[in-house]
Amino acid sequence: MTPYDVSDDVIEVIRSPARGPVAGAYRVFGETLRGLKTTFARIVEGPVTIQYPEEKTPVYPRFRGRHRLHRFEDTGLEKCVGCSLCAAACPADCIRVVAAENTPENRVSAGERYAAVYEINLSRCIFCGYCEVACPFDAITMGHDYEMSDYTRSDLIFTKEMLLAEPIERTPLRREGE
Amino acid sequence: MTITLADVNYFEPWWVQIVKSLVIFAVVFAILPILIVYERKLLGRFQARYGPNRVGPFGLMQPLAEIVKFAMKEPFRPTTSVGYLFRAAPVISIITAVGALAIIPWGDVQHIFGQQVGLYGIDVSIGPLYVFALAGISFYGIMLGGWSSGSKYSFLGSMRGAAQLISYEVSQGLSIVGVIMTAQTLSLTGIVHAQEGMWYFIPQFAGFLIFLVASFAETNRAPFDLIEADAELVGGYFTEYGGTPFVAYLFAEYANMIVVSAMAATLFFGGWLLPFGIDPPGWVDPFVVLAKIVLIFSFFVWIRATLPRLRYDQLMAFGWKILLPLATLNLVVTAVIVAS
Repeated sequence: MTPYDVSDDVIEVIRSPARGPVAGAYRVFGETLRGLKTTFARIVEGPVTIQYPEEKTPVYPRFRGRHRLHRFEDTGLEKCVGCSLCAAACPADCIRVVAAENTPENRVSAGERYAAVYEINLSRCIFCGYCEVACPFDAITMGHDYEMSDYTRSDLIFTKEMLLAEPIERTPLRREGE
Repeated sequence: MTITLADVNYFEPWWVQIVKSLVIFAVVFAILPILIVYERKLLGRFQARYGPNRVGPFGLMQPLAEIVKFAMKEPFRPTTSVGYLFRAAPVISIITAVGALAIIPWGDVQHIFGQQVGLYGIDVSIGPLYVFALAGISFYGIMLGGWSSGSKYSFLGSMRGAAQLISYEVSQGLSIVGVIMTAQTLSLTGIVHAQEGMWYFIPQFAGFLIFLVASFAETNRAPFDLIEADAELVGGYFTEYGGTPFVAYLFAEYANMIVVSAMAATLFFGGWLLPFGIDPPGWVDPFVVLAKIVLIFSFFVWIRATLPRLRYDQLMAFGWKILLPLATLNLVVTAVIVAS
C-alpha cells in the first residue's frame, strides 16, 4: 500500500496548444465563447465592491486599530501606572510617557505613579501591538478604529484624554462565523 | 419608386433637411455621453464592480463632469508637433464620424405636419459606400493626429492604425456585399424593406460575423485596440492630446461605434423592423433602432471585457489570412445562391 493515493496528485500539464484545424477552430471560437460566459457570469453574480464610506468591511475582534487606554471600571482610576514599558517596546518609537507620583489628594492611577503625559504619535505608529503585549496592567489595548486620517500631522498625536475617551464606534465588528 | 443615381429625398423641401440634420446631431450627441457612462458601468459589472456611481443619480453626470474638466484644461501641444495639422486632425475625425450619422435609417418615411419626412438624414443610392468613404477619410484623422504630434508613441499608434484600418476595411466591405446582393439595392432603407420576411443575420450569418469582427477593428475597439494600446503606447495616436481635442477624439470613437452598431442593426437586424409581425406606429421606429444599437453596443462592451488585445502579427494574420478569405468565400457562395 502506498502511503497516499498518487493519482490525486497528478496534474495534467498542457505544454502547447493543440494543433490542427479543429483544435484551431476550437481555440478561436470555443475559447472565446468560454471567455464570454465567464465575464457574463460576473454580471449575474453582481458586484463584490464594498462602497467604502457607506459600507465598511467588518474587522476581526483581534484587529489592531487605534489604541485605547483603560480605567478600572469600579473605581474609575486609570490602569496605566506610567512605567514606560510600552514606550520601550515600541519599535517605531511613537509613544511618549512622562510619569508623575500619585498623591493622596490627586489620585489618578491605582499604582504609586501615573502617566502625567501619555502621547501616541499615530502618524508613526506601525500598529504592531507590542505596547499591548508589553503592558503589565492591560492598560493599553489596540482598538478597532482604522479611520484616522486627518488634515495636519500634529492632529495625529493622540493625547491621554483622547485615548482614554470612549471611542466612537465607527467600525463594524465581524460576527462569529462571518 | 425607380432607383436612380443618388436620389436624395426628392420629396422633402430643403428646410426639412436642415431640421433633420440638426435633430440627428443633437440627439446623437445627447446619447453619446450616456453611452459612455453606460459602457463604463457595464464594463464595471463585467468586472464584478459598480463603475461610476458617485456623480449625479446612478453616476449619470459623470461624463458631464469629465467634459467640464477637459474643457478647463490648458491647450497644450508638444514643441515637436506640427501646429495646424495637430489642431486639424481631431476635427477630421469628428467630422467624418458625425457625417456618417446622416446615413443611419432611424425609421421609414413618415407624414409629419403634412410633410413627408424620412426618418434618416439622407437616403442615398450608394448607402454603405458612403459610410466606407467617410471611414476612409476618418483614418486621416488618426494618421495626421499621430504623425503631427511629433511623438514616437503617437506615430507608432497611427502607423498601426493605418495598417489595421486598411486591412479590415477590405473584409468589412466584402462582408456586406452578400447583404447588398441579397437585397438587390444599396439604399439602406431599401435593404431594411428587403428584410421584411427574414432578417439578414440568418441567411448571412457568416457575413454578419465577419462584419462584426471587422467592425471591432474599424472602430479600434478591444481586442483590436492596438492603435491606442494603453499598455504599450501610452495612448497611441492621441497620447499628446489633452483637453477638448482629446474629447473630440473620444466622441469620434463613440460616434463611430454608434454608426457601426447602426449599420449592423440596419444590414443584419432589420433596422426599425420588429420580429413576429409586430407593426408598431411610425414614431416607435427610432426607438427600435436605438434599442438595437444599444444591444450591439453592449456586445462591443462584452467583448471588450472578455478578450485581451491581439499581438500585431496576430492582427495582420487574422485579417488577411482568415477574415479576408472567409469574406470572399461568403461573397462567392452568396453570389452563386442569388444568381441561381
